[in-house]
Amino acid sequence: MSQPSKGSPLWRPTADWSRLRLRARILRQIRGFFEARGVLEVETPLLAGATVTDPHLASLETRLGGPGGRRLFLQTSPEFAMKRLLAAGSGSIFQICKAFRNGEVGRFHNPEFTMLEWYRPGFELEQLMEEVDDLLQLVLGGPAARRRTLAQVAEEYGGFDPHGASAQCLRQRAVDLELSGLPDLPEDDRAGWRDLLVSHVVEPRLGQGSPDLIFDYPVDQAALAEVSSDSGAPVARRFEAYVDGVELANGYQELRDAAELRRRFESDLAERQERGLPSVPVDENLLAAMESGLPFCSGVSIGIDRLVLLAAGAEALEDVIAIPVDRV
Amino acid sequence: MSYSTNQFKSGLKVMQDGDPCSIVEAEFVKPGKGQAFVRVKLRNLKNGRVLEKTFKSGESIEGADVVETDMQYLYSDGEYWHFMEPNTYAQHQADSTAMGDAVKWVKEEDTCAVTLYNGVPLQVSPPNFVTLKVTQSDPGVRGDTSSGGTKPATLETGATVKVPLFIQEGELLKIDTRTGSYVSRAKE
Repeated sequence: MSQPSKGSPLWRPTADWSRLRLRARILRQIRGFFEARGVLEVETPLLAGATVTDPHLASLETRLGGPGGRRLFLQTSPEFAMKRLLAAGSGSIFQICKAFRNGEVGRFHNPEFTMLEWYRPGFELEQLMEEVDDLLQLVLGGPAARRRTLAQVAEEYGGFDPHGASAQCLRQRAVDLELSGLPDLPEDDRAGWRDLLVSHVVEPRLGQGSPDLIFDYPVDQAALAEVSSDSGAPVARRFEAYVDGVELANGYQELRDAAELRRRFESDLAERQERGLPSVPVDENLLAAMESGLPFCSGVSIGIDRLVLLAAGAEALEDVIAIPVDRV
Repeated sequence: MSYSTNQFKSGLKVMQDGDPCSIVEAEFVKPGKGQAFVRVKLRNLKNGRVLEKTFKSGESIEGADVVETDMQYLYSDGEYWHFMEPNTYAQHQADSTAMGDAVKWVKEEDTCAVTLYNGVPLQVSPPNFVTLKVTQSDPGVRGDTSSGGTKPATLETGATVKVPLFIQEGELLKIDTRTGSYVSRAKE
């Protein structure tokens, strides 16, 4: 799935200098944004002794040399390490770093990418959505974001209920919507059919005209977010930002219950085993930090490469990444 | 041989719905959280139709035993067109479906690119340029501009092409088989 060649010799960068200058300017803007708000810039290791358990994320692995060499992972996000800082009393923090996801290559995916992640102790999810909106307006210069629930947009664009619909009902929607060449998902794979509809029918329509902030996600996608039943059926306190159909940000009101997190990790590991995926160690340091006490907080990450792509009006990530993966 | 979705790239030959196909393009699609997919456009190598198919990321599909080999065209018996691999002298016969438009351009001893599927010719591509003799063409009328300065000429293979008015019967012409058009006069 390599990107179309730019037709230049392979040693050359794929991005124009104008795009790389824009990239540098956006990084300065972001640092200025957080400095003005008193958020501290931090750095945590790209190497990690444990990694994400989510069966839909694949980590890159390496091995540390020397006596007692350890199996290490390249982080898929700085979340676990930054939460250790939060539990140790850091207050509001942000980081701009590299994150790695194996196998994710395409127009909007490079397996090594630049991530902005920040945490705000004391913030409800809605306050963090406000801050994301401010940052997007600063960098992209567009209008304020619309805020809608996933249930609203799924109903409006796909005519389905992402929380309650059965696998059969979701599959039938995919057939009725005449999605061509349906994948061979098991008939009872509720999450799979829902993810197909969300990615193929809903997401392309989001963020048109103004950015969209979509919130209240299905509980099986809670990841490290809190689950709340305040407004009826339980939903994950998560949001995503979309601009021009591109997913740009992923935010949580953070889960603070270490025992619940351990249950979610174990459920992920069981699913990994079922699907024949490699097992990964659970991050005991994160669990210990949460047991000691993670402050009430909300956190979010933004893909910087995609942000620059949208700001530049570019077509593909290789237009804004100096050296994409097929030239390393 | 099977291929995982992360090996998909344009030109890869795979089996889909029982037919050999060539991948035209593959796009990685992933929702914010959850299952990733690879959306693929495939060209069915038997009928040329392009179809779309979505795969779960990480899924594997069977490769197609499709190879392209240069072969020499020997002769036609009316039903089949016979080709030979120059190194092994192995002979293959292509039917009219596999020949397609190539029948208009090939003559004996021409080298063609033959796509074999499970050892049987699936598609025959003529050389980009061929040299063919004009077997019939009326003399051009000078000053007749209504036809844009061209006239039809029938070639030794039976194909008809538009040629300049000065071309005469018996001349050799260079033809671009991709567009089916006259390029220039040619020497033997």
